[in-house]
Amino acid sequence: MTEFLQHLVNGLSLGTIYALIALGYTMVYGVLKLINFAHGDVYMVGAFAGYYLGSVTGTDRAPGMVGAALVTLGAMAVCGALGYVIERFAYRPLRNRARLTALITAIGVSFLLEYGFQLSPIVRTPVEFPPGPSPRFFPALLELGEPLTFLGVTVPRIDLLGLVVALVLMIGLQLIVYRTRFGMAMRAASFDPQVAGLMGIPVNRIISWTFVLGSALAAAAGIINASSRPKIEPLFGLMSGLKAFVAAVLGGIGSVPGAMVGGLVLGLTEEYVAGYTSSQYRDAIAFTVLILVLLVRPEGLFGRATVEKV
Amino acid sequence: MARARAVLRSVLPFLVGLPILLGVQALSPPDYTLILVNVGVNVILAVSLNVVNGFTGQFSLGHAGFMAVGAYTAAKITLAFSGVQLAFVPEAVSDQLVFALALAASMVTAAAAGFLVGMPSLRLRGDYLAIVTLGFGEIIRSVIENMKFLGQATGLSGLPPYTNIAWVGVSAIATVVMARRLAVSTQGRALFAIREDEVAAEAMGVDTTGYKVRAFVISSAYAGLAGGLIAHAILLTTPRMFTFVRSIEVVVMVVLGGLGSITGSVVAAVVLTVALEGLREFQQYRMVAYAAGLIVLMLLRPQGIFGTRELWDLAPFRRLPRPRPFGGRASTGPEGASPTAVRDDSTHGGRP
Repeated sequence: MTEFLQHLVNGLSLGTIYALIALGYTMVYGVLKLINFAHGDVYMVGAFAGYYLGSVTGTDRAPGMVGAALVTLGAMAVCGALGYVIERFAYRPLRNRARLTALITAIGVSFLLEYGFQLSPIVRTPVEFPPGPSPRFFPALLELGEPLTFLGVTVPRIDLLGLVVALVLMIGLQLIVYRTRFGMAMRAASFDPQVAGLMGIPVNRIISWTFVLGSALAAAAGIINASSRPKIEPLFGLMSGLKAFVAAVLGGIGSVPGAMVGGLVLGLTEEYVAGYTSSQYRDAIAFTVLILVLLVRPEGLFGRATVEKV
Repeated sequence: MARARAVLRSVLPFLVGLPILLGVQALSPPDYTLILVNVGVNVILAVSLNVVNGFTGQFSLGHAGFMAVGAYTAAKITLAFSGVQLAFVPEAVSDQLVFALALAASMVTAAAAGFLVGMPSLRLRGDYLAIVTLGFGEIIRSVIENMKFLGQATGLSGLPPYTNIAWVGVSAIATVVMARRLAVSTQGRALFAIREDEVAAEAMGVDTTGYKVRAFVISSAYAGLAGGLIAHAILLTTPRMFTFVRSIEVVVMVVLGGLGSITGSVVAAVVLTVALEGLREFQQYRMVAYAAGLIVLMLLRPQGIFGTRELWDLAPFRRLPRPRPFGGRASTGPEGASPTAVRDDSTHGGRP
């Protein structure tokens, strides 16, 4: 029982991260019909931005609530800007070309970030950038004290906080998408970009902001994850990104609640399967889930089936 | 007479190609052999992937997985036979027979894996197919990493050094010949029809799933062959040789050469392999340049260097009339189609 509950806690913690990254995928896919392959790497950049900002502002030496909030917001801003740049210079010129082209470009951007961050440092002091291939230790941004123990289950406080922050962000996003003019424009652009443009919606600007928003969420996910599992390296976004994509598909790509549920379901599935069978197969589990979902219910849990039009 | 000509047509590429390859090997320093083998293996990989990505227009990202299946099959067989000499034949011949058997088996197992992966996933389109094939590649790697029988993460080492220029050359030429003859056949036309417009092809009575699966199986079989060859050239197989990055490298070759252009794939495979070999001392910057190159290529020339054209289509004085970019007999195939039209999914509402 204790083991079962412990897996539940770990799975929720992992699922929160997947859900936050999956939101970015789902938003971009919803608006552009593009799998933003580089999203997982934006998440990685977010964690590194937090690492650098933490050491620049001194939050890593004197942890505190204000510092942590500043670092998180700063990292979200950095990644939002990165998302804007990626969209503006890599994806926008390809907007009206074959979708394969955009997919290959996305893979290119992903590789550029991954290998760019593995280069040996150019800026040496006070913090080395790029960080190089060796893993870094992400400093604790908050002093939270001992983990809670509940029915023999260890619940790290940072995971609880992460869950709360993630839920707040998700609810905020849900409000933005369904309760604001921007959200309405986003949904219109997703429904039909051409007609939305004719109706006076600045489609390009909406798409840019969608990228900014999604990338900022990825950065938050990066910091939450790095606070709980403090080893960061340039390649760690790759697998998380792919799994988050699986979560988005599982929930029904294009749907915000779907991404949340998909992320949590995937995190729990992975934790339970790996916990009760062999943890060696951890990475393969997500892809197996993906294949099963696509075979059984390709539109995902929350998605609506689309009919092929000729 | 016609039969003799057909036989000659099949044999001619080997008669011309092999002496050239052996000549190149004889002229280049002996330590370049491994590079030549690499070039050949990459040609096999790029041309075979082109059958799926270029001819059929289905985007697969799992080529390394099939390569791994082939490499491990061949490695297991040659290791099982190491030290065993077949009766009545001299040692050298015995070794070559074992290697031939191993390569054939690697093609069969990779084809089987291709069938298993292709059957369910080829019902999907575009981006989804890309992700699922990527996932299958990772699953294959993950399974290998966990099987004691296959040496887990350390892999299999101590393979006999059977791969030589002749084996690689024959395999590479065979792959090119296969692709070319497929392109000018009825089967090939069906594949191009699927690439141009899947819904229309289906409506015209093309069994789209069947053809896609067949193309996928053929492509995987050759990937398996490439795996078997590279394993016996570097005398080692590890799961790390067959990651997602490896698949991407092959995709880059296909895209650079032009989706659908056989000669383009060959040229791109040769150029990229040699260029990357030359850049080996800039190890760190190599992949960054690769990624940047990919983005720039997509922005400036998304159809690749050759597009769907072949090398000889670029010559200023070529035989007229040649109405279709894939050549072949002009009388076959539907009239009025425009094979050069670039497909733009966005006009279809952008569904997966």
